Amino acid sequence: MRCDCYIPSGCAVSGIMSKAGERMDGNDIIRSIALMHDRSNGLGGGFAAYGIYPRHANEYAFHMMFDNMEAKDQCEEYLKDTFDIVLDEEIPTRPGAVFEQDTSGRSAECGTQPITSPPILWRYFMDVPEHRTTFVSEREYVVEKVMDINSKFTGTFVASSGKNMGAFKGVGYPEDIGMFYKLDEYKGYIWTAHGRFPTNTPGWWGGAHPFCLLDWSIVHNGEISSYGINKRYLEPFGYKLELRTDTEVVAYLFDLLVRRHKMPMDLAVRALASPFWKDIDRMPKREQKIATAIRQVYGGALLNGPFSIILGYSRGMVGFNDRIKLRPMTCATKGDDMLYMSSEESAIREIADPDTVWSPKAGTAVIGELNWEVE
Amino acid sequence: MSQIPPEFIVKIDYDTCRRCRRCVMNCSFGCMQFKDRVVPDHKKCVACHRCVTFCPESAISITKNELTYKDSANWLPETRQNILKQAETGGILLTGMGNPRPYQILWDHMLIDACQVTNPSIDPLREPMELRTFLGRKPNRLEFTRDGNDEIKLSTELQPQVKLDVPIVFAAMSYGAISLNAHRALAMAAKNSGTLMNTGEGGIHKDLNSYTDNIVVQVASGRFGVTSEYLNSSAMVEIKIGQGAKPGIGGHLPGEKVGEDISKTRMIPVGTDALSPAPHHDIYSIEDLSQLIYAIKEATDYTKPVSVKISAVHNVAAIASGIVRAGADAVTIDGFRGGTGAAPMVIRDNVGIPIELALAAVDQRLRDEGIRSHASILCAGSIRNSGDVAKAIALGADAVVIGTAALVAMGCRVCQKCYTGNCAWGIATQKPELVRRLDPQVGAERLSNLVTAWGYELQEILGSLGVNSIESLRGSRERLRGIDLDEQTLELLGIKPAGIGQ
Ligand code: SF4
Ligand code: SF4
Repeated sequence: MRCDCYIPSGCAVSGIMSKAGERMDGNDIIRSIALMHDRSNGLGGGFAAYGIYPRHANEYAFHMMFDNMEAKDQCEEYLKDTFDIVLDEEIPTRPGAVFEQDTSGRSAECGTQPITSPPILWRYFMDVPEHRTTFVSEREYVVEKVMDINSKFTGTFVASSGKNMGAFKGVGYPEDIGMFYKLDEYKGYIWTAHGRFPTNTPGWWGGAHPFCLLDWSIVHNGEISSYGINKRYLEPFGYKLELRTDTEVVAYLFDLLVRRHKMPMDLAVRALASPFWKDIDRMPKREQKIATAIRQVYGGALLNGPFSIILGYSRGMVGFNDRIKLRPMTCATKGDDMLYMSSEESAIREIADPDTVWSPKAGTAVIGELNWEVE
Repeated sequence: MSQIPPEFIVKIDYDTCRRCRRCVMNCSFGCMQFKDRVVPDHKKCVACHRCVTFCPESAISITKNELTYKDSANWLPETRQNILKQAETGGILLTGMGNPRPYQILWDHMLIDACQVTNPSIDPLREPMELRTFLGRKPNRLEFTRDGNDEIKLSTELQPQVKLDVPIVFAAMSYGAISLNAHRALAMAAKNSGTLMNTGEGGIHKDLNSYTDNIVVQVASGRFGVTSEYLNSSAMVEIKIGQGAKPGIGGHLPGEKVGEDISKTRMIPVGTDALSPAPHHDIYSIEDLSQLIYAIKEATDYTKPVSVKISAVHNVAAIASGIVRAGADAVTIDGFRGGTGAAPMVIRDNVGIPIELALAAVDQRLRDEGIRSHASILCAGSIRNSGDVAKAIALGADAVVIGTAALVAMGCRVCQKCYTGNCAWGIATQKPELVRRLDPQVGAERLSNLVTAWGYELQEILGSLGVNSIESLRGSRERLRGIDLDEQTLELLGIKPAGIGQ
């Protein structure tokens, strides 16, 4: 299942969030990403959804992909040893599903592409046994296990591992993937989506976006030209970069900076897409001191190259661009509640009639946070 | 009578020579005499090209003395010449500058990546391209607090950092090994270019007091010129343990070079040899080094980073790791091709390892131990152009150190006679009539030009890599590929062979 080649990609991203935490079904996000059909090439699409498992909200939801039954059996042994499995079940799908409405597809035959030959898709709702967290925090423990599974088990891949959230991804056009996973039947307060245009043939389900760790999910349009150093920066902190895609570094960097180093979200984005020195030199003292220190200490975390990224996490959604905005990103709001982000304005207008629409400045994060607390 | 045949032939075209005697005045090696016309003593010529450059009629040419020795692929002319010299003198062969032997130059076996389509390159003429670099110890993470007004404050106190506008600093060359004018030129250029010069182990002349922010002061085994004032008139302090050209060997400044000024700066009597012992006599272990590091930090009130310079030897990675754990804020690694004012030839030509391998090993080792951010890495030992700079940074260096390249910019012809004190270009000499030949202002300008030019070229390289900040290249070995290298060397360098994608 795992593809050993590195896959640069262009793409489309879209995100919807209700700050009030109102849960909505997946139809809007599917329609939004479907509108940008031409930004993908049918080699990958995926979604992250938050708030979808209210009945299992306190358990870690692992979305898993297995090449075959042996892989599943082997991994299950491991999961039984390391977690308390509360429930496990096949992830419901509609085999051969397609998105029925018109898309921007250039021709019909490449416009719809029924989703076929998926890996075994299974989800596990699990608790971390208490005695396991004497020396490490619960989340640290989960991260270790995810790294372990992804690096040591062949034919096995953890697509997502957060609470009350999940990643749904695969090979195909994103709108078809959405129908395949029956996202119209789920309800979430944050939805992000990704349509992929890799420049060679991967055929690997795990290689599609979003990339997730704990409740972090990343959809990413672009390429991280600084991948080489971001990877080497992360490795001493115990992250195993095995997925051969630049996007995974972004998920791990947020995990490191925000969860482990407890950086406020806006400062974490400052580390990943730092202001230029010429701008730092003009900042007021206090701000300048912070920005300078961030660049001095977190230089290895600086993301360089063209990108627009939407980060999803339990408490919110963050969109940001590279420092000179080499990839598109438009944001919009409607009322106090709804926040939209997308590669194209049209993909927002397709599903909403927003009050304000703007293109955030290069390197400036748009942060949407829930009005209420979740873990 | 000496049996050593002349290495070079000085040819004078008497048809065009107008007998101005300029060459006679310019040759500091006493090769030219005037007897009705210019008569060269070929044996004394070192091919420094001073006369050639200053002859108004271009009447002089210097050529290799071909067939001085009958051909042999094994017994090369220099081999036999050295034997002859030692047969005549019974002494250690001294030499200057870096290792000239044809060892494989690994920089020339590395190629840099560039962007095409999927990630766009960036135009450095239109977009900002950042080279700013900070030397010094960094914590692994920052901590923030919120004050009463809900404003975020940085609660981590950073150790002292030295800012460089370009990641290129001038190498340690002592006042003594090189002239005061050369020191002046280096200091001025460091200031102009927003970088650092390094005093080397000879102390600092009072004329350079105004350049404090651009000076690294060195503390070496001889402790010449080390006072608390000296330590404090610097941006950074460097403890010199070793030098790439002569690992494990001390220094020797002959008494003839120790005049009035040098004697004051070094704090030794006029005319005495200045001998730096091979080891520091108070450092016989890593814990001793740690004590010196902290003694210096105490003496400078913890306001300056302290770096430790070592030569690249087989076990360099473990040594560097020990140095960082001993409290150093920066490590300078000097490769076996690094220059020197004077060194025994057998050491220069045979001891140490290439800087490329040493750098790769040190950077990886510090990362493996999770202490890479605790010290900056400076890479020295024959950085010849901005391509080398980019490759060194991609392998993991924070900044590079240039010595020979800086001298060449000031006029050095790499004649390797620095140890004689006769440098015809006024660089590696203390003879007032020769020192005068180097105008510090002009030297500074040429040095600044070089740094500026390399800076522009680095920006071009960054742009072609699709990144706009030097930290995205630093340690990004993914952007390097090896060519004509065996598997093991590739592994040691941590790079893939050319032809393999990401
Ligand atoms: S030593 Fe230099 S100046 Fe003297 S003759 Fe040779 S090249 Fe000319
Ligand atoms: S510094 Fe002077 S003596 Fe030394 S190599 Fe250069 S030109 Fe020759």
